[in-house]
Amino acid sequence: MAPAGPRSGDAIFSSVERVNAELFTLTYGAIVRQLLTDLEEVEEVNKQLDLMGYNIGIRLVDEFLAKSNVSRCVDFKETAEVIAKVGFKMFLGVTASVMNWDADGTCCSIIMEDNPLVDFVELPDTCQGLYYCNILSGVIRGALEMVSMKTEVTWVRDMLRGDDAFELQVKLLKQVPEEYPYKDDE
Amino acid sequence: MAAIYSLYIINKSGGLIFYKDYGSAGRMDTNDSLRVASLWHSMHAISQQLSPTVGCSGIELLEADTFDLHCFQSLTGTKFFVVCEPGTQHMEGLLKFIYELYTDYVLKNPFYEMEMPIRCELFDINLTQAVQKDRVALLGR
Repeated sequence: MAPAGPRSGDAIFSSVERVNAELFTLTYGAIVRQLLTDLEEVEEVNKQLDLMGYNIGIRLVDEFLAKSNVSRCVDFKETAEVIAKVGFKMFLGVTASVMNWDADGTCCSIIMEDNPLVDFVELPDTCQGLYYCNILSGVIRGALEMVSMKTEVTWVRDMLRGDDAFELQVKLLKQVPEEYPYKDDE
Repeated sequence: MAAIYSLYIINKSGGLIFYKDYGSAGRMDTNDSLRVASLWHSMHAISQQLSPTVGCSGIELLEADTFDLHCFQSLTGTKFFVVCEPGTQHMEGLLKFIYELYTDYVLKNPFYEMEMPIRCELFDINLTQAVQKDRVALLGR
């Protein structure tokens, strides 16, 4: 198997174009606010954020692959590490850690101590069911789907809800084999 | 007098989403370019299955008497290939660079529909610059 690509996203992070963090944070905040106004239901907003993230993820993955020089991952464990160390650094400027592996290596937690999306956010009582950063889970799900991994990404811990960190649970549902939709004669 | 004859981009299901030819040699009409694209897609797929090496990712270079064909497939399944003068150097670098341009100017364009033919002016402009010969030489360093 080919050797793994970079183990940290620092080099890529310093070479990609960046925007002002506040512009980014405030823009995201405005989007969430607008969705809450438009959709009214918190559940619907969660769904919409996830979908938006998914649509970003299916495009973003190519940029990640083109610019990070990572090669094909050997297993899901490596994939998770690459997302947390290289992907998060490249696009969010923070690194996350991977923990809580289950026995067969198909389910893990990505833990973020620092999250630029929530810099100025306090959840009001009316939005208690809101997963403010649900766009991130959508991004990961979309990106992994494009490299033939069906996943389920859920929030386990959320600092906006009083937890001590952000924890995303990534569960590999199935690996779609990369083959063409025809059957060999058997 | 270009070293590169033409450039193709095929989406993961084998559809030609971008075609451009440079210079006079090897010029083709739309039907022929579609034919080349779908032929290459299938040949590439077959080569993966026929290859004796495990984990083969398909043909990377096809050498013929009158042209070379260099192919790069991204992990997401999009294929980029150039047809060029035999012996042209540094095509892998150029293809990787074109992949970056594609992620920047095609995928990040919110009005681009995934898997559909590419009609993005910014992509065209940057591509033209990249394909110019000195750029190719530069990429090879």
